[in-house]
Amino acid sequence: MSGVTGTTGGLFGGEPLLSVQDLEVTFRTDAGSSRALRGVSLDVHPGETVAVVGESGSGKSTTAAAVLGLLATNGKVTGGRILFAGEDVVTMSASDMARLRGAQMGLVPQDPMSNLNPVRRVGAQIVEALEDNGVAKGAAAQARTVELLEEAGLPDAARRAQQYPHEFSGGMRQRALIAMGLAARPRLLVADEPTSALDVTVQRTILDGLTSLTSRLGVAVLLITHDLGLAAERADTVVVMYRGEIVEQGPARRILQDPQHEYTRRLIAAAPSLASRRIALAKESGDADAAADDLLAPSLGEGAVAVSTPGAPGAPAEPDTIVEVEHVSKVFRLRGRGLFSRGTDFTAVDDVSFTVPRGRTVALVGESGSGKSTVARMMLGLLEPTSGTIRFDGTDVGTGRDRAAEVAFRRRVQPIFQDPYASLDPLFTIYRTIEEPLRAHRAGTAAERRERVHRLMEDVALPTQLLRRYPGELSGGQRQRVAIARALALDPELVVCDEAVSALDVVVQAQILHLLADLQQRLGLSYLFISHDLAVVRQIADVVCVMEQGRIVEQGTADEVFDAPQTAYTRTLLEAIPGRTLELGRAG
Amino acid sequence: MSAPEVYEVPSAPLDLGRADDEARLAGASHWRVAARRLRRNPGAVVGAAIVAVFVLVAVFAPLIAPYDAGELPGRAEIRPTYIPGPSDEYLLGLDRYGADLFSQLVWGARASLLIGVLSTLLGLLGGILLGGLAGGLGGWTDTGVMRFVDLLLAVPSLLLAVSIAAIAGPTPAAIVIAIGAVQVPIFARLLRGSMFAQRGQDYVLAARSLGLSRRTVTMSHVMPNSASPVIVQATLLLATAVIEAAALSFLGLGGGSPTTAEWGRMLTSAQSELEIAPRLALWPGACIAVTALGFTLFGEALREALDPRSRKR
Amino acid sequence: MPRLILRRLALLVPTLLGLSVLLFLWVRALPGGPATALLGERATPEAVARLNELYGFDKPLVQQYVTWLGQLLQGNFGVSTRTGRPVLEEFTNRFPATIELTVVALIIAIGIAIPLGYVAARRQGRPLDHLTVVASLIGVTIPVFFLAFLLKWAFAVNLGWFPSTGRQDPTMVATHPTGFYVLDGILTREFDASWDALMHLVLPAIALGTIPLAIIARITRSSVIEVQDADYVRTARAKGLGADRLRRRVILRNAMLPVATTIGLQVGLLLSGAVLTETVFAFPGIGSFLANAVFDLDYAVLQGFILIIAVVYALVNLFVDVSYGVIDPRTRATR
Repeated sequence: MSGVTGTTGGLFGGEPLLSVQDLEVTFRTDAGSSRALRGVSLDVHPGETVAVVGESGSGKSTTAAAVLGLLATNGKVTGGRILFAGEDVVTMSASDMARLRGAQMGLVPQDPMSNLNPVRRVGAQIVEALEDNGVAKGAAAQARTVELLEEAGLPDAARRAQQYPHEFSGGMRQRALIAMGLAARPRLLVADEPTSALDVTVQRTILDGLTSLTSRLGVAVLLITHDLGLAAERADTVVVMYRGEIVEQGPARRILQDPQHEYTRRLIAAAPSLASRRIALAKESGDADAAADDLLAPSLGEGAVAVSTPGAPGAPAEPDTIVEVEHVSKVFRLRGRGLFSRGTDFTAVDDVSFTVPRGRTVALVGESGSGKSTVARMMLGLLEPTSGTIRFDGTDVGTGRDRAAEVAFRRRVQPIFQDPYASLDPLFTIYRTIEEPLRAHRAGTAAERRERVHRLMEDVALPTQLLRRYPGELSGGQRQRVAIARALALDPELVVCDEAVSALDVVVQAQILHLLADLQQRLGLSYLFISHDLAVVRQIADVVCVMEQGRIVEQGTADEVFDAPQTAYTRTLLEAIPGRTLELGRAG
Repeated sequence: MSAPEVYEVPSAPLDLGRADDEARLAGASHWRVAARRLRRNPGAVVGAAIVAVFVLVAVFAPLIAPYDAGELPGRAEIRPTYIPGPSDEYLLGLDRYGADLFSQLVWGARASLLIGVLSTLLGLLGGILLGGLAGGLGGWTDTGVMRFVDLLLAVPSLLLAVSIAAIAGPTPAAIVIAIGAVQVPIFARLLRGSMFAQRGQDYVLAARSLGLSRRTVTMSHVMPNSASPVIVQATLLLATAVIEAAALSFLGLGGGSPTTAEWGRMLTSAQSELEIAPRLALWPGACIAVTALGFTLFGEALREALDPRSRKR
Repeated sequence: MPRLILRRLALLVPTLLGLSVLLFLWVRALPGGPATALLGERATPEAVARLNELYGFDKPLVQQYVTWLGQLLQGNFGVSTRTGRPVLEEFTNRFPATIELTVVALIIAIGIAIPLGYVAARRQGRPLDHLTVVASLIGVTIPVFFLAFLLKWAFAVNLGWFPSTGRQDPTMVATHPTGFYVLDGILTREFDASWDALMHLVLPAIALGTIPLAIIARITRSSVIEVQDADYVRTARAKGLGADRLRRRVILRNAMLPVATTIGLQVGLLLSGAVLTETVFAFPGIGSFLANAVFDLDYAVLQGFILIIAVVYALVNLFVDVSYGVIDPRTRATR
């Protein structure tokens, strides 16, 4: 795919600071060597921000590591050049490269939890960077460290510098890592998914801080991200990668509005932050985007007829209610650390009330720690509410159920979890996984169960050859389809999707969302959809409940919440969605 | 508008989640993947070979050993300051009492295998029972069982084994019971920890949400997934059992006479002959060490093959 | 930190009580009944009667236990059948010898194992690394008493470089104010006695230290390998940290966390190993005394020693846990 034309923005002319030319990287594994990058060429000019966008396995992080000379030990540059300020980094000696790192090129890594040395104070870790790059020494370095931390937006920097990483929140750690990456004032900053491990609101402020800092210092940025919206919003030039190759690159705006490559179009179509309309709605109105979406969706057959969508003409006036959650609270007792110390109470869910209309999707949105997953667990009967009631189809879910009632309830409410790696038993074949609920509830004869399993596989658009495989042999998207098939085996009425698509790459994510929407239409399912991602929620939800610190701070129909948010918190959340303000290009 | 390049899109939709490549190649379950890795690991091959030889010798001892266990064919040739060395008649020479050293070693393998396997089975059984109870039921059962386990672990293992052997009296069974009992807390703690780690996993929650009973969830999901570390530990503890059995008979526990064909006892008797016949100590010592090495090599390789961390990507 | 220590000490009480119950029941379960077990088979009927009265062996079980526990708390651990002296006295007389032996063994083990494991990890996959892995495997699987034999046979019997038995040359005249012979020689300026004691320690300490050495070397190696690949090491390299600092402050310091835990776990192994090693080298510590007690079925000694050793073992583990906080700030913060 070396034929892809790379036209970097005319804004930054002259000599590029970084010039990657026809780069090839190969990894040695037990199964032989595999090429992770092929023919990758890109330029970064002084002061320019270039974003490399791709899904997992696209080679974007490998590109970043190669630039810094920090490939994993089994990886090697097997072709091409990486010119930094005219010098080839690939052929440079290890010690020359070490001198370059820190002083000339900095890194802001992905996961703030694992990237700070856990046994040294945060300040000391910046001091040593200053000292080893010859910027400052001793007391001067200490003082400079505090300045750097303040500059990165860390409040109370002088005191914080004396603390250890575990005493920092994720956002604070990321600020420390930014301070560290920029400590020696490098000319190029490689930011590898710098905020993807953080909550959206934190993500926003951190990115704002990073952007203003780098533009003030005139630092060039190589931004690695999976989020096309974020890339388009923050970068001058966007490079799209797919399976180790660059498929398209150009000015951010051009890529977004006039994507040339098929894959880029798919990416744009799938990106939840850009495709901000409800799937079902879009399908109905025959929207051009939705048509593109349908390329990705499993074939629907004849069934793609609109079933009650709120606002859609002909919908029943008042759909009946399948779930009523009334004043539910959940208090966890945190165990005291000692033998005699009393535990403290932690209110995870605080007086939450909402209802789920039959056949509709209610979304609970919130950042980590908002209590949304606790609500899901209570809904599934895996946790008991401390107070309040959850009624499912008129009967109390909570206490006092006998075994028969419990089993009956379980059949009607099923979960789909976030991590498809973890939600399937690795020792069960796919067949056994899907058959297990049928067998447990003694549904039909062996032959009937077999037929049912095959039908379920069809429903989730998986080939039946996979039935004899184990979860470890499937891709993430396939696994999530299996999890859906298992959940549907007992013909449930309510499906609780706990972050069911957030571990997936965007294109796969879009497929699964379409599958869920399609199944809802055909089977009349009700969804309780838990997510931290407002963009995803917008695509699927009828009703949205925004949670903050255990409470529901706002609820309403999706359109109400997204178009006319009532609370400041919801507005903050909405504004934090990267790329939200960007206009979608019309392909064609 | 120029036609966009047609990008090759794989038939299974653009699904980039990567499966475990090795598993894909094997097209097989977790255990078969592990078996494949084992075969590629030289340590595992050497370990398995040692274990195989040891087991074969133990099983076919009557065919291999020229003399019966405890038989003293060369009794007349022993002098206080002279013990005949290797000869055509006696492959590795005689011992202090006139027994054929080679035969004694062969029969000793049988004793070691029996003690090792029986005691480890005993430990495994007790450990699975206690650990399974604690891990399966949780709550007060768990607290009670684990307190008891901690208690046993508070005493250095050899002393615990000695105390138990002292109650059971001077018989080989005492050694088996003692070594097995020492292993019980190790297995129990391991299994319980492993089960607790599994219990929080999503697939267990999913199984519970399907309405499966607690027992079904525990038996068909939690236990099988908790098995690998226990199996690895059992292999490693077979090595420890062989060594500890020798140590206990070295301390005079387990009964038998000085001519009993048991490696630990042979080593003990040889202690007083170090100056005139060091081979009497070297051979049984080497047998113990090599056997233990075999089990350890295999167990370590098994651990690597089953390690979830190396499995995940 | 002091609160942590107090809390841990408080937690020790139920463990020791539980252990005392087990040991109490143990003596009851011994062949021949408790009085015979504690006094030996040749005990006179009067002696049996006296003991029965002292411990109340004819009373109900619970009362017996309370009586016995009361005696324990007063420091009465019974009397050794073999030597006729109080168990506690036998223990305190011999304990310094065992401490000296295990400390030297541990110094040898740690001193060699950590550098070896580190160097092997840094040269992962090269000959030195393979050699270390194989040697440490053999080190773990070789029986302690067999190794002790080998060392004794090669270096004491054949080569005569080191003495083969005991703590001190019997012809040497030396005073022992502390019971730690090497230290005593230095304190009393009898340096030849100190040297002689040290020579006596070399072979047993090597035999005893080999298994811990092998284990610590392996843990160090795997821990360093794991830390080398950690995200924070990559980040530290990216910020331009010098090779020396990277090694000392980032890799080594983090890699030492599991190593510290492992060293703590070796104490139990050392105490078990001491029983065997001391026996081979006729080294007069608690280990060889215990082995003799096993031979002679001296149950009073077994009972008392096991209880005291459990206390020592628990205290050492407590010390290890507390010192762990010094290297790992994460375990400090919440306490």
